[in-house]
Amino acid sequence: MEAYISLFIKSVFVENLALTFFLGMCTFLAVSKKVSTAFGLGVAVIVVLGISVPVNNIIYHGILAPGALEWAGFPDADLSFLRFLTFIGVIAALVQILEMTLDKYVPALYNALGIFLPLITVNCAIFGGVAFMVERNYTFAESVVYGIGSGVGWALAIVALAAVREKLKYADVPDGLRGLGATFMAVGLIGLGFMSFSGVSL
Amino acid sequence: MASSKEMKEVLFGPIFANNPIALQILGICSALAVTSKMENTLVMCIALTFVVAFSNLFISIIRNHIPSSVRIIVQMTIIASLVIVVDQVLRAYAYSVAKEISVFVALIITNCIVMGRAEAYAMKSPPFMSFLDGLGNGLGYSFVLLVVGFIRELFGSGSLFGTQILPVVSEGGWYQPVGLLVLPPSAFFIIGGIIWVLRTFRPEQVEPKE
Repeated sequence: MEAYISLFIKSVFVENLALTFFLGMCTFLAVSKKVSTAFGLGVAVIVVLGISVPVNNIIYHGILAPGALEWAGFPDADLSFLRFLTFIGVIAALVQILEMTLDKYVPALYNALGIFLPLITVNCAIFGGVAFMVERNYTFAESVVYGIGSGVGWALAIVALAAVREKLKYADVPDGLRGLGATFMAVGLIGLGFMSFSGVSL
Repeated sequence: MASSKEMKEVLFGPIFANNPIALQILGICSALAVTSKMENTLVMCIALTFVVAFSNLFISIIRNHIPSSVRIIVQMTIIASLVIVVDQVLRAYAYSVAKEISVFVALIITNCIVMGRAEAYAMKSPPFMSFLDGLGNGLGYSFVLLVVGFIRELFGSGSLFGTQILPVVSEGGWYQPVGLLVLPPSAFFIIGGIIWVLRTFRPEQVEPKE
């Protein structure tokens, strides 16, 4: 149990997807103008990461990993070179299914997430989370914790940035730096703040 | 056939005038973490330029046969296949670099530059021009990344491509490295600075006051 809690804390703070690995930066910078939209996107990312990391974990260890096809009579088969193609397909399909299910059964949540769901397919944070999961050989239970934890970390980061940018509107920034430039600087500073967690060993 | 002036514009426009990172906010995702060493940066730039150029070419060739309802999946498949090729080549010929940046090479699939150019340009332009557009955007991306990588490696650890240029204090030299530049957030400050410089020389890119 302790191992899972420390993995969760680690994926939220120490190895924050947005601020230490710079994943999902495009949406991170583009959709962080207002706290409310940033929060909606954050929740969507938590849901999609929490589902797609474990599902890809099952698929990788059940079909793609070297020797995984032993049950089907191919003990030597190694399909791991197909993993990128499979993962992106699985993520795209999952997002599509999630969108349809939410639309049918939880319309309130569906309306709240709105256009963010389809955008998430091309969010590198999701793909990055899945790739890290394979790289680090997580078990199924670990991958559930890691998926949710890294989603929470990403959501936290985008809400923090949106809050800073709402205030930044009132600042008198030099012309060339206004908008994107100042946002980059702000992300850098938040990133430095998050780096102070890196000394934490769990 | 397009005139040579137009071709030049498509190829070189994205480097300063319409830079994918500094103006279009595309492709920042996988870019920043690889810039602490020039070697990794260069490999990443070559890989991305290759993928953008060829995905634009192939998508443009079949653009009239793709039904628009499944176009994103078709584009993804083409891009993912190209990335697999790049990844396998890197593993075969540059194993040590490939090990360090393999996650980021995989992330080229979801890199918005590739998707963005495929969607915005290759879907409605002839193959050769799309190829040039991909090449140009790859070069624009490489330009920003190489500048960031140069600053970070030279001033952060006193070396370039692993060769010591400025002798550091810890090895008996005179240069005190800037520790901040080794840390990932420094890339943001440098890119922010590049945007500032670009917009000072091209005031038309400055964003209006809210």
